[in-house]
Amino acid sequence: MGTLREGLERVRSFFHQRHRDSELDAEVASHLELAVEENMRSGMSEEEARRQALIRFGGMTQAKEQQREARGLPWMDVLLQDLRFTFRTLGRDLGFTAIAVLILGLGIGANIAVFSVVNTLLLRPLPLRNPQQLVRILSKNPTGGESGMTYSADATEEFQRRNRSFQSVSGYYAFSGPDNLKLMGTGQPIPVTGLMVGGDFFETLGVEPSLGRLFTAEECLHNSRPVVLLSHAFWKRQYAGDRGIVGQAIDLNGTPVTVIGVLPEGFDFGSIFSPGYKVDLYGPVIYDDIRDEGNTMALIGRLKPGISLAQAQAEADLLFPTLHFSVKHPEYGGGYTGNLLGLKDYVSGKLRRSLIVLWCAVGMILLIVCVNLSNLLLARAAARSKEFAMRTALGASRGRLVRQLLTESLILSFAGALLGLAIAFSITIYLAHQGSIALPLLSSVSIDGAALAWTLFVAVTAAVIFGLVPALRISSGNLQESLKDSGHGSSDGKKHDGLRSALIVSEIALACVLLVGAGLLLRSFLRILDVDLGFKPSRAASISLDYNDGGNPARRSVFWQEVLRRVEAIPGVETAGITDNLPMSRNRSWGISAKGKDYRKGELEGTFVYIVSPGYLNAIGMHLLKGRDIQWNDTDKKTGVVIINETIAHKLWPGQDPIGQMANVIGMDARVIGVVADVHESSVEGKPGWQMYLSGASPQFGPEGAQLVVRTKLPPETLASSVMSTLRQINPAQPATEFRPIQLLVDHAVSPRRFFVLLVGIFAGLGLILASLGIYGVISYSVTQRTQEIGIRMALGASQGRVQLAVIGKTLFLALIGIVAGTVASLAIADLIASLLFGTKATDGATFLSMILLLLLVALLAGYIPARRASRINPMIALRNN
Amino acid sequence: MTESKLDLLQGTLDVMVLQTLVTMGAMHGYGIARRIEQVSGDEILLNQGTIYASLVRLQQRGWIAAEWGTSDNNRKAKYYSITRSGRKQFAEDAAYWQRLTRVMGRVLAVPTEGEL
Repeated sequence: MGTLREGLERVRSFFHQRHRDSELDAEVASHLELAVEENMRSGMSEEEARRQALIRFGGMTQAKEQQREARGLPWMDVLLQDLRFTFRTLGRDLGFTAIAVLILGLGIGANIAVFSVVNTLLLRPLPLRNPQQLVRILSKNPTGGESGMTYSADATEEFQRRNRSFQSVSGYYAFSGPDNLKLMGTGQPIPVTGLMVGGDFFETLGVEPSLGRLFTAEECLHNSRPVVLLSHAFWKRQYAGDRGIVGQAIDLNGTPVTVIGVLPEGFDFGSIFSPGYKVDLYGPVIYDDIRDEGNTMALIGRLKPGISLAQAQAEADLLFPTLHFSVKHPEYGGGYTGNLLGLKDYVSGKLRRSLIVLWCAVGMILLIVCVNLSNLLLARAAARSKEFAMRTALGASRGRLVRQLLTESLILSFAGALLGLAIAFSITIYLAHQGSIALPLLSSVSIDGAALAWTLFVAVTAAVIFGLVPALRISSGNLQESLKDSGHGSSDGKKHDGLRSALIVSEIALACVLLVGAGLLLRSFLRILDVDLGFKPSRAASISLDYNDGGNPARRSVFWQEVLRRVEAIPGVETAGITDNLPMSRNRSWGISAKGKDYRKGELEGTFVYIVSPGYLNAIGMHLLKGRDIQWNDTDKKTGVVIINETIAHKLWPGQDPIGQMANVIGMDARVIGVVADVHESSVEGKPGWQMYLSGASPQFGPEGAQLVVRTKLPPETLASSVMSTLRQINPAQPATEFRPIQLLVDHAVSPRRFFVLLVGIFAGLGLILASLGIYGVISYSVTQRTQEIGIRMALGASQGRVQLAVIGKTLFLALIGIVAGTVASLAIADLIASLLFGTKATDGATFLSMILLLLLVALLAGYIPARRASRINPMIALRNN
Repeated sequence: MTESKLDLLQGTLDVMVLQTLVTMGAMHGYGIARRIEQVSGDEILLNQGTIYASLVRLQQRGWIAAEWGTSDNNRKAKYYSITRSGRKQFAEDAAYWQRLTRVMGRVLAVPTEGEL
C-alpha cells in the first residue's frame, strides 16, 4: 500500500517539478530564518547567526538534490537529460543524423514490410472463425489438374452423410472461369464472375453475411428460385453500396435472380482458394444439376471440436475408397482418396520456404545496416573521444557514458523506425491493392499491432547491436591518452582500425551471402522464363466469346466460322482460333485410352482436355509434330477426332505411329489425327501432364464456354477495340469482356517467383550499396588518419602509384577475407535455398563466381576513391598541417 | 581527543523524525532537526538540510502530513504532523530498532579472544 502510494506520489512530483522546487526553496528559506532568529536570541550578531545557520544546514545544493531524488523519479531525470543532450548533439551533426536515419529507415522498413507479409501468410491464423478446424480435402495423388482434386456430387453427398469427424463438409464448383456470367439490364451487358458454392459453404467457413442472409436448404434444390449473394467489393462497385439491393432481382444471362445478401468486406474467396481470382457473385450449387458432370466439387470441411486431423484422416482413409462416382452406376466405381490438409497449410504451406528465405534476407539487411551504423558511430566516437575523456575526468561513470551513448543509438533507431514504418506502410498498401501477384491473402496485408510490436523489437535490438560496440569502445578509452592526444592520432587510430576492419569484413560476408542467394534465385527465374512452354504467349491475346447455340454443334460451328473469318480479316490479325480452356488457367481432365486395351489401375492418368476450333493450335502457337489439325468437316457422328500430346503418344502407343489409331475418349471413339508437343498446362515449373484436343465443331464433345485466341502482328492491346466491335457486329449481346494478352497468364503463373526474386534482388542490391558505403567509410577514414604518414612517405620518395596501391591493397585484403567468409556461409546454407531453385544447383559455380566478381569490383571502386585522394596528397601541405 | 560524531545508519533518520513527531506533535523542519540534535546530545552528525529528503519521503509514504502555518514569532513555516498509519509504522520501526540494539549489545558484550 505504502509503496504504491509512494510510487504515485513520485510520479506526481515528477510532473510538478517546478512547484515542488519552489515549495522546497520556501521551506529552506523559512528554515534558515528560524535558525538565524534562534542564533541571534542566543546573542550572536546577525552576520554570525546567518553564518552558523548555513553551516548547520550543510550543503544547500546537496540537500535539495537529495530531496528531489527522494521525492521524484531520478532515472527519468537522467533520461530526460540524456535525451536533451542527444537531440542537441544529433542536431549539431545533421549530415550524420540524416544518413544514419535513412539507412536505418530502409533496413527497418524492409523488415517491417516483410514481417507483415510473413505474418499474414504464415503466422497469423486465417481470417475465418476457428480456422484451425478447417480442412481442405484433396485426393492423395492428384493428376489432371483440378479434376484430380475434385469429387462428384454423389461422392460429396455420400461423404457428407457418412463421415463422423466433420461438423460440416461443403465445397465449391471448381470449374467456373472468370467472367462466366452476363449482368444485363443496364445498357451493355457487363461480364461478371459467378461461383457456385455448397449451400452451407459460408456456414462451414464461419462467414456471416454483412447484409441479408445465406442460402436456405430449399434454394439448393432443383428448379428452386435462383438466388445470389454479392461479394462486398462487387456490391460497392456495381451498386455503390446500396442496402436496398437485397431482396431485389437482377438479370443474369437473361434470368432474374434475387439478391439475398452481401458478404462481409473481410471475406475474399480468391485470396484463400485461388490467388488472383475475383468472385463477384455466389450462387448455391444444386447437386441434382451437376450430378452428371463428373468430378466438379472442391471440398472443404470443418472438424468437430476435439477431433484431430489425424483421426479425421484415419476415417477418410477408410471412407473415401468406398465412395461412388455415381450412385446410379455403382459399376463405375469411384477410386477416390482423401488427403486432409489443414486449410492454412493448403493456402500457404508451399510458400513457407520462400517466406523464410525472404525473412532471413531481410534480417541480413538489418545486420548490414547495424554494422554500417556501428562503423559510422565508431568514426564519430573517435572524433568525440576528447569530449568523453573530459566528462570522465569531471566524474561521469562508465555506466553513465554507456547509457548516454545507448540513448543516442535508441533515438537514431526510433527515428529510423518511424521512417521505416512510413516506407513499410506504403509497401503494404501497394501489396494489398495490386492484383497481379498470385500470392494468397496478400489483400489483407497491413501494418497491424503485431507489426508495430515487431517494429519496436527490431528498433531496440538494432540500437543495442549497433550502439553497444562503439559505446563500450569509447567509454573504455584511456583518459590521459585522449586528453593528451593532440590529433596526430596514429596510436588511437590503429586500435579503432582493427575493430572497424572486422566490422567491414562481416559486412562484406553478409553482402556476399545475400548476393549469391539473389544470384541463384535470379538464375532460376531466368531459366524459368526460358522454358519452352509449348505455346507462344507473346503477341497473342484472348477474349471470352458469348453466343447461344442452344447446344447444337452445327449452329456452333457456323457461328465459330463466322467469328474466325471476320476476326482474321481485321488488319493486324495473323490468325485466330477458339478453345474452351486456355493453358495455365482453368483446367479439367477426362480420360483417354487406346481402344480395345485393358489397363491396370493407375496406368492411365487424368488427361487435360481442350475443346478447340480448327486453327487454335496455330493461334496459340503450339507445335504440331505429326499429322494434321482439326478441320471444320471433322463431323462424323460415329467417330470423333483427337489430337494428343507427346506424353500420351509415348504412354498409349509406345514405339508405334499414333496417327490413325483409335482411342477411347470418355467412352466414345475418336481417331488420333495429330500429335503436338507438350504444353505446360498448369505451371511453368511442373512437368506437363497428359493433354488432348478435341473438335468443338464435332457432335461428340461440347465446349464449356469459348475463348477467342488472336495472334497478332501488332501489340495485342492495339487491336482490342476493333476485335470487340467486330464481335458486337456478329453478336450484339457480347459483353465487354477483357481482351487479355496470353502473356498475362504466364506472368500470373510466375508472379510469386518474380515477387520473391525482385525482393531478394532489391535486398541484395541494398546490401551491396551499404557494404560499399562501409568500405568507403573505413578506407577513407584511415586515409584521413594517415594523411601525415602518407605525406612523409611521399616526401621520402614514394610514388603516387605506390600510395594508391597500398590503399587499394588494404581494401582488397578486407574484401577477400569477407568474400571467403561469405562464400563459406553461402555453401553452408545452400540447403535452405536449394528447394527454391529451378534448373540451378545451390552450388552453381557461375553464379558464385559472377557474384563474387561483382562484389570485388564494387569493393575496389569503393576503395579506389579514397586511394585516389591519398595519392593526391601534397606532402608539403600534409606536413605543414599541424 | 574528542570523539567524532556518529554517521547516521540508513533509515535511522526516518525513525527519529517519526519519534519526534509522535512525542512533540506538529513541528516544522527546523524544529525537528534541532530536537533530534538535542535529544541525541549532539552526538549525531546531522546536516540539518538532510532532514528534508527524509521528510518528503515520509510524507509521500503517507506517514506524516504537512501544512503551511505560522510560527510563534509570526514566521511562515511548513508544519509536519504524524498520521495514523505513521504511528503504526513508528511502532513497528521502534520495536525493530530496540530488538536490533539489544541483540547488537549482547553480541558485542561477549569478550573477544585474546583481549584478556
